[in-house]
Amino acid sequence: MTQYMLSVHHRAGDPVPSAEEIQPIFEAVDRFNDKITAEGIWVFGGGLEPVETAITVDNTGAEAVVTDGPFAESKEWLGGFWVIEAPDLEAALALAKEASAACAGQVEVRPFQAE
Amino acid sequence: MSVDEAIERIYREEYGRVVASLVRRFGDIDIAEEAAGEALLVAMERWPEDGVPPNPGGWLTTTAGRRAIDRIRRESHRDAKHQAALMIEDDTPHEPTGVVEDDRLRLIFTCCHPALAPEVRVALTLRLLGGLTVAEIAQAFLVPETTMAQRITRAKRKIKDANIPYRVPAPEDLTARLSGVLAVVYLVFNEGYLASSGGAPIREDLTAEAIRLGRILRTLLPDEPEVAGLLALMLLTESRRRTRVAGGELIPLHEQDRGGWDRDLIAEGHELVRECLARAMRTQRGPGQYQLLAAVNAVHTDAPAAGDTDWAQIAALYAQLYAIAPSPIVALNRAVAIAELDGPEVALAEVDRLQLTTYHAWHATRADLLRRLGRSAEARAAYDAAIAATENEAERGYLSRRRGSLAP
Repeated sequence: MTQYMLSVHHRAGDPVPSAEEIQPIFEAVDRFNDKITAEGIWVFGGGLEPVETAITVDNTGAEAVVTDGPFAESKEWLGGFWVIEAPDLEAALALAKEASAACAGQVEVRPFQAE
Repeated sequence: MSVDEAIERIYREEYGRVVASLVRRFGDIDIAEEAAGEALLVAMERWPEDGVPPNPGGWLTTTAGRRAIDRIRRESHRDAKHQAALMIEDDTPHEPTGVVEDDRLRLIFTCCHPALAPEVRVALTLRLLGGLTVAEIAQAFLVPETTMAQRITRAKRKIKDANIPYRVPAPEDLTARLSGVLAVVYLVFNEGYLASSGGAPIREDLTAEAIRLGRILRTLLPDEPEVAGLLALMLLTESRRRTRVAGGELIPLHEQDRGGWDRDLIAEGHELVRECLARAMRTQRGPGQYQLLAAVNAVHTDAPAAGDTDWAQIAALYAQLYAIAPSPIVALNRAVAIAELDGPEVALAEVDRLQLTTYHAWHATRADLLRRLGRSAEARAAYDAAIAATENEAERGYLSRRRGSLAP
């Protein structure tokens, strides 16, 4: 078994869905979450608050520095993610297809380091 | 042939089978490759004295398997003992696969997985299934050996880290995934058939390798029509190889010495095309792109002389191909047939609409049509553009000769 992160990214300028548009997406994601929880695939997951809420902490130097804003000014940012456990990449890709359809966004698949 | 040469030939022929079997057993490409290499060393030591065993492939697999177990035992990985315990007895039943059980088939689907970049798929397939060395693959694709080694190492790591399975896809995914595998095999063939640059105009080693992979796929998936189509296409193209270059110049189809074509390959290719046609009729499933291209080549190889070519049939096949795979290159090929049917003027109008300005064959086709229309100055410019757009010396040689033969 391998753990994979399925991440959903937002781009600057992506249209913001209206309340009516977002409702079926929420429902589809809920159904997907229920399914993978029931099948024992779900490890963790969730949607993130907007990127404006990000704070960056840097404690690599002499003193810890806390800065308002994301790690890097970027035109793309993480909107949410799942961590799943799947037998192999083939299975993870099949789940990513379902996840992408459910959340109406592109999904990036990356394996976690072993151990 | 010396014993060492015989061993090398056997090793290359058996390499894919040996490595694929070890990969299934040990679940690790690096272990499989190293063990196969060690088995070769043992063979080179023993075979000259003991003679080549009756089943050299089986001998190599068994020897390599023992070496791999020794290695796993020797190494002090924290899970080594556990792993070794699992591996000593190879009595685990094969995982049930979708369609056909064959280790090589599993491995080629791994090598051609869509999670890997296309150029990496080709390199991995040649390395693991074809048994080509990293140096040979680097040479074939004109990159430094270190670059190719790095590319292959990264790909193997990705297979391991992302846990890309060694498995034939499920039947519902097979057709889609198979087209990726066929594309890799055809790419290998084309690189051999018309080397994009470098010294040799035709790389026989690559065309032969692609045909060998095509034959393996055909044995493993006898009911997949596109597999038969691709093999037929490669065989019929290969049948003309000996006549394609003379005096360092590429010889176009209509000037080739048809007596020099390989009749055995043609017979085999035609048989496959007939089989594809019969199946298409029976199943009411239209032929795919490789079958159509094979049919085009069957029409060419059927004509005793260039003048006997059934151009109407060829134009119809390209039109059919365009309907399923609309690309300007298919349209260009159709235009060549149109030139024979309706004359160069009609064809030129079609060719000019395509504007494939970076493609040497587009310029070369225009040049030839303009020459036939007596528009020498324009033809000369088109030949110049075609010569500038190709790195293949033999093709440049041919284009230069045509350019030189234009009326002033």
